[in-house]
Amino acid sequence: MGNHSDGSPNHSGTVARAGQNEVEKFQDPGLPPHRLRLADTDPKAAKRAERQVALLFGTSVVGTLIFLVAYFAIDLGDDTGIATIRLQNMLLGLGTAFAMLGIGTGIVHWAKALMPDHEVSEERHAIRTEEDRQAAVRIVDDIAEETGIKRRPLIRNTLLGAVALAPLPALAIFGDLGPRPDNTLAHTMWAPQDGKLKRLTRDPDGTPIKAADVTIGSAFHVIPDGLNELHEGKLNEKAKSVVLLMRLNPEELHPSPGREDWAYNGIVAYSKICTHVGCPVALYEQQTHHLLCPCHQSTFDLTQQCKVIFGPASRPLPQLPIAVDSEGYLVATSDFHEPVGPSYWEREQHVRNINA
Amino acid sequence: MSATSTPSAPAFVAKTKGGRITNFVDERVGGSGMLREFGRKVFPDHWSFMFGEVALYSFVILLLSGTFLTFFFDPSMAETHYQGSYTPLKNVEMSVAYSSSLDISFDVRGGLFMRQVHHWSALLFVASVSVHMLRVFFTGAFRKPREMNWVVGSVLLILSMAAGFTGYSLPDDLLSGNGLRIIDGVIKSIPVIGTYISFFLFGGEFPGTMVIGRLYMLHILLVPALILLMIVMHLFMVVVHKHTQYPGPGRNDGNVVGYPLGPVYAAKAGGFFFIVFGVVALMAGFFTINPIWNYGPYDPSPVSAGTQPDWYIGFVDGALRLMPGTIGNWSVEQVWFGQVFSFNVLLPALVPAGILFTVMFMYPWIERWITKDGREHHVLDRPRNAPTRTAIGMAGFVWYCVMWAAAGSDLIATHFHVSLNDVTYWLRALFFIGPVIAFIVTKRVALALQRKDREIALHGRETGRIVRLPHGEFIEVHAPLDEYKRYKLVGFESPSPLPAEPNANGVVDKKEKRRAKLSQWFFEDRVAPATPAELEAAHGHHGAHEAIESGDTQKTLSR
Repeated sequence: MGNHSDGSPNHSGTVARAGQNEVEKFQDPGLPPHRLRLADTDPKAAKRAERQVALLFGTSVVGTLIFLVAYFAIDLGDDTGIATIRLQNMLLGLGTAFAMLGIGTGIVHWAKALMPDHEVSEERHAIRTEEDRQAAVRIVDDIAEETGIKRRPLIRNTLLGAVALAPLPALAIFGDLGPRPDNTLAHTMWAPQDGKLKRLTRDPDGTPIKAADVTIGSAFHVIPDGLNELHEGKLNEKAKSVVLLMRLNPEELHPSPGREDWAYNGIVAYSKICTHVGCPVALYEQQTHHLLCPCHQSTFDLTQQCKVIFGPASRPLPQLPIAVDSEGYLVATSDFHEPVGPSYWEREQHVRNINA
Repeated sequence: MSATSTPSAPAFVAKTKGGRITNFVDERVGGSGMLREFGRKVFPDHWSFMFGEVALYSFVILLLSGTFLTFFFDPSMAETHYQGSYTPLKNVEMSVAYSSSLDISFDVRGGLFMRQVHHWSALLFVASVSVHMLRVFFTGAFRKPREMNWVVGSVLLILSMAAGFTGYSLPDDLLSGNGLRIIDGVIKSIPVIGTYISFFLFGGEFPGTMVIGRLYMLHILLVPALILLMIVMHLFMVVVHKHTQYPGPGRNDGNVVGYPLGPVYAAKAGGFFFIVFGVVALMAGFFTINPIWNYGPYDPSPVSAGTQPDWYIGFVDGALRLMPGTIGNWSVEQVWFGQVFSFNVLLPALVPAGILFTVMFMYPWIERWITKDGREHHVLDRPRNAPTRTAIGMAGFVWYCVMWAAAGSDLIATHFHVSLNDVTYWLRALFFIGPVIAFIVTKRVALALQRKDREIALHGRETGRIVRLPHGEFIEVHAPLDEYKRYKLVGFESPSPLPAEPNANGVVDKKEKRRAKLSQWFFEDRVAPATPAELEAAHGHHGAHEAIESGDTQKTLSR
């Protein structure tokens, strides 16, 4: 025989083949004999455990008191610093922890040290007995027979049809959860209003930006002029119109045909909303001219018109065509030529509509 | 009827006041019967059975602390200027929801504590549900008759994540707002209806003014109600099935060995609630979680580097990060028939989670089909005794962990001073090979542990005593196990592959052949439990040594 591993890796005699395990098995020796605890035999140990449990319950009382003192003695006035709040929070936590852990560990210690620890065995019973099953089948048959649903298919089929259709109003009634999207996603605040080109202004204070202020290597977070004055839907507009403004050496930009006049003196403006799932692409690496989205690390190369060079985004950031007005302020010459932000089903139609 | 059918025994009259009240209730609801049924019901005891309890208790803590928070929270997205006592944000424009969250933190005594209790127990809730499911999976507790309870548990896992995410978004701070932004982007990538779903969820364009109120309703009413319903079903089935037990002497599929509910088990489980609460309170008191005042109100323009979702959403966020958006110059996003298919968002958001949850839901039936095992199982498998299942579980777990780690790719890069791009490339590779490695390694480890068990069962445990025999040979004395310890190592089934069987028409069809192949894969590598005959042989082998040492061996054994 010797059918055991001798420890060498090549000699695994223990891997049994089919059928081999049908040989006799070890018999279940039954529950191991019960072992008494110290507290079962020594009254002193039992007494000690009793005192320990009481001590733990006592700790809980102390915890409750800590909580109450911390709650009432520390006052949160108008000028409370964060340190006071931290202290109160810590003491409330400490108090609750003592109060709860005292009760919890006390009870568990009580159960483990003093309550009987004999393991008992209980029989399992069949979840379903054959007798019950037959009775249930008889009942179902009787019910089906009494309703006559098998004999009267007309009733059954019309009921099925009615029940199938009845939930439709419950779906339809949610129709006003939101408006139809139409082409709201295709436009932003940058579109010229009444023939007036929108100025590029600083985020968040809204002061306009002079082209002369934009030095090489600098970057501005930009919102359209008039955004701060909006009363309704300000965040909705902001979520589409935020822009990053950077100035590079004009030789480093490589505008594609048709985009030559979208920059001014090396100053370019790109949508700040990531084309992946819409986070703000807020990190500008000045040396490499890369824009990085902190959410999923999509990286866009400014020198290649914000082409995706790394990460999960698929499309370049949309560029905002800019120029300078008579007072020297930067303005957007038009809206974006494509919808900004994450892609959506109808996006391609919107691109075509914008450029038509 | 009552007049004629008077019981022969005189009606019970309680002596004390408490007794009379108890009797009053008992006569009307039949409490005695329930107590008789459940009062001494036996529950097996094991530390790994406590994860489910942690989940249940953290849910209770969530209900308690959440109710407190609703008294002060206002889910309105109307604009306001903050006037509370946190000076850095004074007069800053923000939503009422964010402002009221700040008030809870700074102007309601104990409010910050309750917020932190709520957030910590939410993290703990999802974590304990997950670990509980891992325990159930690796011990095979999902097998008949518990398959449906496994499904209920899986639904609970999804619901717990839904509860977590809807709650995470409520304070309307910068971090959670960006989280919603990502959800919006993912929803918009859904073909045909994505844009509509987004507009319906947000009541128009993102972010709109509706979404917090809607999430609030889901968070405090719909999702908790569903969770409660599922918990009731879950526990009902636990009572119907009775608890599983680990293998060991005296335990088999026909019995349940453990402590009676009253008093020991009830005391331990009840006391454990207070312990869980105490630990959560400690964390809430000492460790800041979600300091919304640092993030500021939601604004679509700023974002902070190193943003992380709560841990349980991490695997989806990580999958989003791992997916390349362009491969060379080829864009993963495609325009077909004039419509946009954003595969770079759609695939990572839906496919890994879809695979994980589909396999999770179906696994009991998959294994049942492969093994053709239709018997009831109440004794658990030790994970090593089901090597292929354990390996499958670890493969899935590692896959999940790779995605989860990817959600922190930027933090891995900054903490370990490595290139962010390299971290992503490595994780992309691990996404594919990680589960394969995990499968192979786990299976080998499980088989090795089975071999070790066999060794110990046959030759006893190593005592560390080196003895020189009269003829000069050195041996280490092994102490044989007592029969109870040995049974724990040998008392398991080791099924062999089940070859294809002809069906009722006497034909072995294609499906059956495939099943047989899978059965071969599932069971071919296995270590059979030691048998009495082998033990006999082993003793014969070492007989000479043991005869010499038997006297001492007996002493070292009885420790």
